[in-house]
Amino acid sequence: MRTHTSQAADRPAAAVIGDDGLDALIRALTEAGRRVLAPTEHAGAITIGDINGLADLPRGRGDVQAPGRYRLTETEDAGWFAHGPTAEGWKRFLYPPEECVWRAEAKGASWREEPTTTDDADSADTLALLGVRACDLAAVAVLDRVLGPEGAADPRYRARRERAVIVAVDCARPGGTCFCASMGTGPGAGDRYDLRLTPLADDPGSRFLVRAGSAAGADLLARLPARPADDAALAAAEATLNAAGQAMGRAMPADAEARLKRNLEHPRWNETAERCLTCGNCTSVCPTCFCSEVEDRSSLDGRRAERWRLWDSCFSVRFSYLHGGSVRESGAARYRQWITHKLAWWHDQFGTSGCVGCGRCITWCPVGIDITEEVAALPATAAAVPA
Amino acid sequence: MRMAPADAATAAARPMPEPRQETAPAARTPDLMAPRPFTVERVTRDVSDTFTLELRPLEGPPLAFQPGQFTMLYLFGVGEVAISVSGDPDRPERLVQTIRAVGPVTRAMTALKPGAVVGVRGPFGRPWPCAEIEGRDVVVVAGGVGLAPLRPAILHVLARRGQYGKVALLCGARTPKDILFRRDLRRWGGRLDTSVAVTVDRASAGWHGQVGVVTKLIGHAPFDPEEAAALVCGPEIMIRYTVQALNDRGVSLDRIYVSMERNMKCAVGFCGHCQFGGSFVCRDGPVFRFDRIADRFAVREL
Repeated sequence: MRTHTSQAADRPAAAVIGDDGLDALIRALTEAGRRVLAPTEHAGAITIGDINGLADLPRGRGDVQAPGRYRLTETEDAGWFAHGPTAEGWKRFLYPPEECVWRAEAKGASWREEPTTTDDADSADTLALLGVRACDLAAVAVLDRVLGPEGAADPRYRARRERAVIVAVDCARPGGTCFCASMGTGPGAGDRYDLRLTPLADDPGSRFLVRAGSAAGADLLARLPARPADDAALAAAEATLNAAGQAMGRAMPADAEARLKRNLEHPRWNETAERCLTCGNCTSVCPTCFCSEVEDRSSLDGRRAERWRLWDSCFSVRFSYLHGGSVRESGAARYRQWITHKLAWWHDQFGTSGCVGCGRCITWCPVGIDITEEVAALPATAAAVPA
Repeated sequence: MRMAPADAATAAARPMPEPRQETAPAARTPDLMAPRPFTVERVTRDVSDTFTLELRPLEGPPLAFQPGQFTMLYLFGVGEVAISVSGDPDRPERLVQTIRAVGPVTRAMTALKPGAVVGVRGPFGRPWPCAEIEGRDVVVVAGGVGLAPLRPAILHVLARRGQYGKVALLCGARTPKDILFRRDLRRWGGRLDTSVAVTVDRASAGWHGQVGVVTKLIGHAPFDPEEAAALVCGPEIMIRYTVQALNDRGVSLDRIYVSMERNMKCAVGFCGHCQFGGSFVCRDGPVFRFDRIADRFAVREL
């Protein structure tokens, strides 16, 4: 990853930008040849898409999020970034749902390898991620541990990640299913951003405190029309975060890991399974779910073969298939696998929770299963296992 | 189940080692998903649905491995499967892999003939703790094709026979026709320093050996339960009852090593398929010291 400096002397002091600064930021990123991704309005939801200028950013659009429910709204103060977590996160751009990881052509009894389209790092899109919420930035940090140099080191993920510029935008209005404050991941962005924008409490939709988190971010900041941040601006940014921290729709019990590990055979799993459709929506919208299928394909004449990595979900029966049957046949076992992996086993595997508190799994669950409610329903001490 | 007494001043009280980490946790290069071509040199039909391939790399060095490790075997354009290495770890020139035809890829592999080429990734996973258990009695318990990943450990131990105490091999098969590596079992059983017992679930005409599950062999096998280390591989239900029987005889759980089977796709700990609680079986297993997984092992559908 790019070195993120923490020395204040290396970068300009915090600054305040308005619409013209935001506009200049997008232009600077575009002119640098980057593919600029940001929240966009699409099909009745705010989701991540390509933008060419400030006009492509949703303005004055908020959302109401609740278990199994998402509706766009008009917000009174008509500003930028007035929405909660986007319908989908940034995962698909750093870790695409489908990717060819190996390709070969038959040659004699053996084969000759051919390059895949993503082998060459230069051919990978150079991304700018604009408007990354604190929860989603925390999710990138989690994926870095799984797929980046700290983990299994997927070279394709790594190439995209190393070249991406990240502009975080702190949350002024958490959604109804948000709980990042209780996960310690928000509402203010932690590290790994190049630039961090914090809406100012007195004008959250159009004035932002901007701080650089890397040399690249500092370079960008120096090119923006901005005025230096005074104490009032710093206080207004702090006020935004304080208010947002108080406005979380939900909270995750602090002892989630222990509750889950102690209650692997609790009757609640069967009760939840009666509602769970095992559709896998939660794993699709989760910004950290990384499980993948390895699929081998061949041309009709059998002369060419490819190996693809595809997003997979622990909610499918096939996921745990061994000859003779699947390990996790019941819906209860599959739901348990997902939530215990996310909140408990993840600590063993990667030294952190796999949950960042974005609440997407709650909003986009067709039956409104609430991950925080499920953990809270488990006793803090071991359940008596029914005979 | 009994654990080792913590204060006993016997060899058995030495802390038992964890299986070693054999796969480097360091950066995964593109090569780790890319199969390396190996030529099929020999195909042996072992039993009705099981066969053994002897492979040699088209180019480059042979594939050194530790007993208990596995590879991902690839049939061009068809697919890839996790297969235990069953060869002699002291003779890595030929990569020996024993395959049971149970799925589309393994069934397609039954058509392989000498000269064909297959892809190999690996070896992966933590091995049997062969060096770490030197000085102990060794009891090996195999169910069916579970003998395949144990064969390299047996060969390792017998090649260094003086380094170990008593050695007992206990093998179970469904029927006499399903007894894997018969020639090996006869050879090992012919040694005066090694005890070999075989039992079948269902006898057939001409079978004069033992009938019944493999756990029935444990009570009379010649090993000192206070001293022995056990290596166990077979169907999960067999592992469950074998661990119970070994423990009942006095083998503490930290001296029992089992090889687990889960769905393997990437084999390098990131596809998520082989998760078993907090472990990736491909990377943290397949060999586990049983006391480390005893709690999880008891949970259904984990």
